[in-house]
Amino acid sequence: MVGKTAGQEKRRRNVTAPSKPLDIGETRALILRKISGVNKAPVSPGDLAAEYDSIPRDYLRAGVLTLAERLEMMEHRLREYDASVYRSTSHALPEEIAKVLAGRGKSRMAIPAGFPAAWLPEGFSFVEADGLSAPQLDRLDGLLSACTVAIAATGTLVLQTAPAQGARKLSLVPDYHLCVVEAAQVVETVPEAFAVLAPANRLATTFISGPSATADIEMTRIKGVHGPRFLDVIMIVAGSSSAS
Amino acid sequence: MSDLSSSNRHPDFPTAAKVLLEDSQLRKNVKHATDVISGKRASVTGELPDWQQLRESGSRIREHVLRHLDTYLVQFEEALTRAGGKVHWAADADEANRIAIGLVQAHSADEVLKIKSMTSEEIGLNRALAEVGIRAYETDLAELILQLGKEKPSHIVVPALHKNRQQVREIFRREMGLEDLGHRPEDLTAAARSYLRERFLRVPVAISGANFLIAETGGVCIVESEGNGRMCLTLPKVLIAIAGIEKVIPRFQDLEVLLQTLPRSATGERMNPYNSVWTGVHPGDGPQEFHVILLDNGRSGILHDDEARQTLKCIRCAACQNACPVYRQTGGHAYGSVYAGPIGAILTPQLRPLREEASLPYASSLCGACYEVCPVKIDIPEVLIHLRGKVVREEQSTLAGKLGIWNLGMQMAAAVLEDGGRLHAAQRLGRLAQKPFVAKSGFIERLPFLLSGWTKTRDLAPLPEESFREWWAKRPVRKNGGGM
Amino acid sequence: MRVSLFITCYNDTLFPQTGKAVVRVLEKLGHQVEFLPAQTCCGQMHWNTGYLREAVPLIRHFVDLFRDVEAVCVPSSSCVAMIRDHYVKAARETGDQGFLAEVEALTPRVFEFSEFLVKKLGVEDVGATYPHRVTYHASCHSLRSLQLGDIPFRLLRQVRGIELVDLQGLDQCCGFGGTFAIKNADVSSAMLAEKAVSVLNTGAEVCTAVDNSCLMHLYGSLHRQRTFTRTAHLAEILASEAS
Repeated sequence: MVGKTAGQEKRRRNVTAPSKPLDIGETRALILRKISGVNKAPVSPGDLAAEYDSIPRDYLRAGVLTLAERLEMMEHRLREYDASVYRSTSHALPEEIAKVLAGRGKSRMAIPAGFPAAWLPEGFSFVEADGLSAPQLDRLDGLLSACTVAIAATGTLVLQTAPAQGARKLSLVPDYHLCVVEAAQVVETVPEAFAVLAPANRLATTFISGPSATADIEMTRIKGVHGPRFLDVIMIVAGSSSAS
Repeated sequence: MSDLSSSNRHPDFPTAAKVLLEDSQLRKNVKHATDVISGKRASVTGELPDWQQLRESGSRIREHVLRHLDTYLVQFEEALTRAGGKVHWAADADEANRIAIGLVQAHSADEVLKIKSMTSEEIGLNRALAEVGIRAYETDLAELILQLGKEKPSHIVVPALHKNRQQVREIFRREMGLEDLGHRPEDLTAAARSYLRERFLRVPVAISGANFLIAETGGVCIVESEGNGRMCLTLPKVLIAIAGIEKVIPRFQDLEVLLQTLPRSATGERMNPYNSVWTGVHPGDGPQEFHVILLDNGRSGILHDDEARQTLKCIRCAACQNACPVYRQTGGHAYGSVYAGPIGAILTPQLRPLREEASLPYASSLCGACYEVCPVKIDIPEVLIHLRGKVVREEQSTLAGKLGIWNLGMQMAAAVLEDGGRLHAAQRLGRLAQKPFVAKSGFIERLPFLLSGWTKTRDLAPLPEESFREWWAKRPVRKNGGGM
Repeated sequence: MRVSLFITCYNDTLFPQTGKAVVRVLEKLGHQVEFLPAQTCCGQMHWNTGYLREAVPLIRHFVDLFRDVEAVCVPSSSCVAMIRDHYVKAARETGDQGFLAEVEALTPRVFEFSEFLVKKLGVEDVGATYPHRVTYHASCHSLRSLQLGDIPFRLLRQVRGIELVDLQGLDQCCGFGGTFAIKNADVSSAMLAEKAVSVLNTGAEVCTAVDNSCLMHLYGSLHRQRTFTRTAHLAEILASEAS
C-alpha cells in the first residue's frame, strides 16, 4: 500500500487476523490482566489469608461416634458397596489374610514395598509390585495393601503413594484389592480425614469408596467397569503393630 | 471450531424444544434418570445435619477464589511448576486445542485416551485432534456411547442419560462388531471394559479435564466413578489436563467441603467410587510428564459482572439439571450447548455472544428448584433475570427491537399499570375486546397472534363482568371503616 | 387491625372472587379491611421478563401507596416474593437512598394471605366449611421464596367437611412462569400436562393453592380436557360456610 512499509502492513494484517496465536507469555499476561481487579482494592497476602480464614465453617468437623460405632459404620458402608469386611486381631492377621485369599481363590498377590512381612501368611506368593508394568500387574491375582486413613461416614479408604500402599497403579490394575485397615486409622468424618492427610498433602492420594461403578445405562448401578471389581477389607481391631 | 464458536448456529430454545418434545423415548429416559438421581440426592443430603452449612462454606470458598482468581492461579502455577508439572495458558478454544495438539505431536502420538471432560467438549477438542490425524478414545462409558453413536452430551454428569439400554446395545453391537451382545446393562459394561482395557494398557498419552486445581499445593483433583479416570491418570507416560480458570480452589483442605457436596449432589452417593489427587510428577508413579492447560474462553468476561460472577462458582455437579422441571421435559440438547439445564441457561449466554443465545435466559419458569439444590448456592433465577435484563436492553438498542411486539406490549402494559384509573379503564376495554373470543362454552378457546401459544393447549376463563375494584366501589361504607 | 388489601393486578381483573373471599375472612375475624383504589401491580411481570427499568415506576407506585399502612395482605405468593426478593435490589439500583429506605421499611409489613392468618394473626381455624375432596399444589414462590412450609395445610385441616388428598409431586412447577407460558408455550404445556395428571390422579374435585396464576394455568388444562376437576384459591375455601 502506498506510504506503508512492509512491516507496518504485516502488523496491520496481524491486527485483523484474530486467529494468530499469541506467544504463551502474552496469553498469560492477557488473561491475568483480564481477571485482575475483581476485588476492586489490592490485597496483601496477609489480607488474603485473613479473608480466607473468615470463611465460615460451621459444618461438622469432629465426629461424635465411639470407636466401636465408627468401626460398625465403616463396615456397614463397605458392605453397601458390595465389599466384604472381616475383623481380626493383629496377632491373627496372617491367618485371616490366608482365609480371605483362599476364599477368593487367590494365590499370587502383589504387595507394595514396605508391607509388613509379619502380616504375610505362608502358602501364597507375594510379589513386590512397585516396579512392575501394567501388563505384569494385570497377570497377578490382586493387591494386598494397607491404607493411610479410612472414613466411616462415607465408607472410604484413602491410599497414598507410601510404604505398604504403593504406587497408584497397584490398586488399579489388578482385579482384586484386599486392604488392611487398623482401627486407629478409621475416622468418622471427611474433615477428620483431611486433618490426617494435611501433613502429606502433596502425595498422590486416591480415595476409594467401593469397587468402580457406573450408572450411565438407565441409572442402573453396575459394578466394576475398570478398576478392581472386588474389594475386601480386614479391620484390625486389637493388637499393636502398625504398617508404616 | 469449538462448540462455543459463533459459527456454530443452532435453533433457539423454543424451536429445539418443540422438536425434542416429540421424542417420547427421550422424555421417558430423561424423566427416569433425573428422578432416580434426584431421589438419591435428596436422601444423602437429607441425612446430613450440616448440609446447609456445607453449602454455605462451599459457596463462600468459591466466592473468595473468584474475587482473587489472578492471585490463586499464579499460586497454582508456581506450586505445580515446582512439583514438576507445566502450566499453559489458553485465551480461547482454538489456542487450547493448538497447545494440546502440539503436546501430543511432540511425542509423535496419533492416539490419545480421554477422560470425560465437558471443558474438552466445550472447545471441540476431539474434532480438532481428528483434523490433524490424532484419534481420541473416550474412556468414560457415557462418552464412549456418545462417541460411537456420534452424538453430543445432554447432561454434565450422565451425558448419555437420554439413551436407554436398547439404544446403547445397538450402538455397541454396530460399532464394536459384537453380534451376540447381551441385553443387560452388565453385558454392555463388560463389552466396554474389554474394548477399553487393551487401550489403557497401551496408549501413552491421555487428556483429561480437572474437577479442582489446588492453589496451595499445585495439586489436581479428578472425581469419577468407573476407574477409567484412574487408568488415564496413572498408566500413560504423558498427561494433559484442560481446565477452566475458575476450577481453582485455595487449599487442599477445601476439598473436605467440596468432596462432601459434589458426590452427594452429582450422583446421590455419600462418596463416588474414586477421587484422585496428585501433585505434578511423582517419581515411579504415574505419568512422568504432566501439563495443565488453563482455559479462559470467555470466563474472564463473566468475572467482572458483579451479579453474574456467581455463575463461575459452579462445580459441575448437575444437580440443577436433575431438579429442573424444564430440563425434565426436553433433555439437554434443546439448549444447544454442552452446558444445559439451569447452569447452561446462564453460562452459555455468557461464554457466547448474548445475542446469539438470547432465548436461553428465558428457558426457565424461574421456579427456583435449581437454587435450592445448588451445593455452592448459585442464585440461578437471579442471574437469569439479570441476563434477561441484558437481552431486553440489547433489544431496545435497535429500532426493530423497540418496535417489536414484546417491547411495545410491555411498554403499554407498564403505562397502564402505573395508574389505578388506567388499570380500571383497561379492564373495561378488555371485557369489550374479549367478546369475539368467548366461545359458546363461556371460555376463551382461541386467542390471536402472540397469545395463541396459550390457547393451543389451554382454555382461558374470560374477564369476569365485574372486577374486584368495581365490586369494592359498590360496597356500602361499613361502620367499622371498610370501603373507600 | 386495619389491614390494607393489595389485591394484585391479575386477581383484580381475573379473580375478583378471591379478593372478596379475603375480605370476608378478615372481616369475619373482626379486622378492618381497606382497599386503596390507586393500587395497581407489584411489577413482577416486567421485572421477571427483563424489563427491569420499566418495573421501577410500578415499584415506586406500590411503595408510595402503602408506605404508611399497618399491614399489607396479598392473596398471591408470587407478588410477595417479588417484593421480598427483588424490591431492595431494584431500589438500590436507582441510587435513590430515600427510596431504598422506604422499601426496607415497608417490606416487613407485607404478607401473603395464608401467612398473614397464621403468623401475624395466629389463627388456623377461620370457621370454614367446605365439604369437598381437595388437593393442594405448592406454588414455587410459596414453597421456595416465602417458605410457607405447612401453613396452608394447617389452615386447610381446620376446614369442616374437607377431605384432603396428597398431591404427588406437589412441589413440581406447574409450568406457568409468567411470560414463560407464552415464550415457551410448548414446554410450559408439557410441564402442565404432568401437573394435570398428578391432580387428576388424586380424584379431587378441587385443586387449591395460594396463587391464582398456577390455578389459572392448571384450570386451562383441566377445562380444555373437560374434566370435572376445578380450581379454587385457598382464600375461597376459607371463606366458605355451610349453606
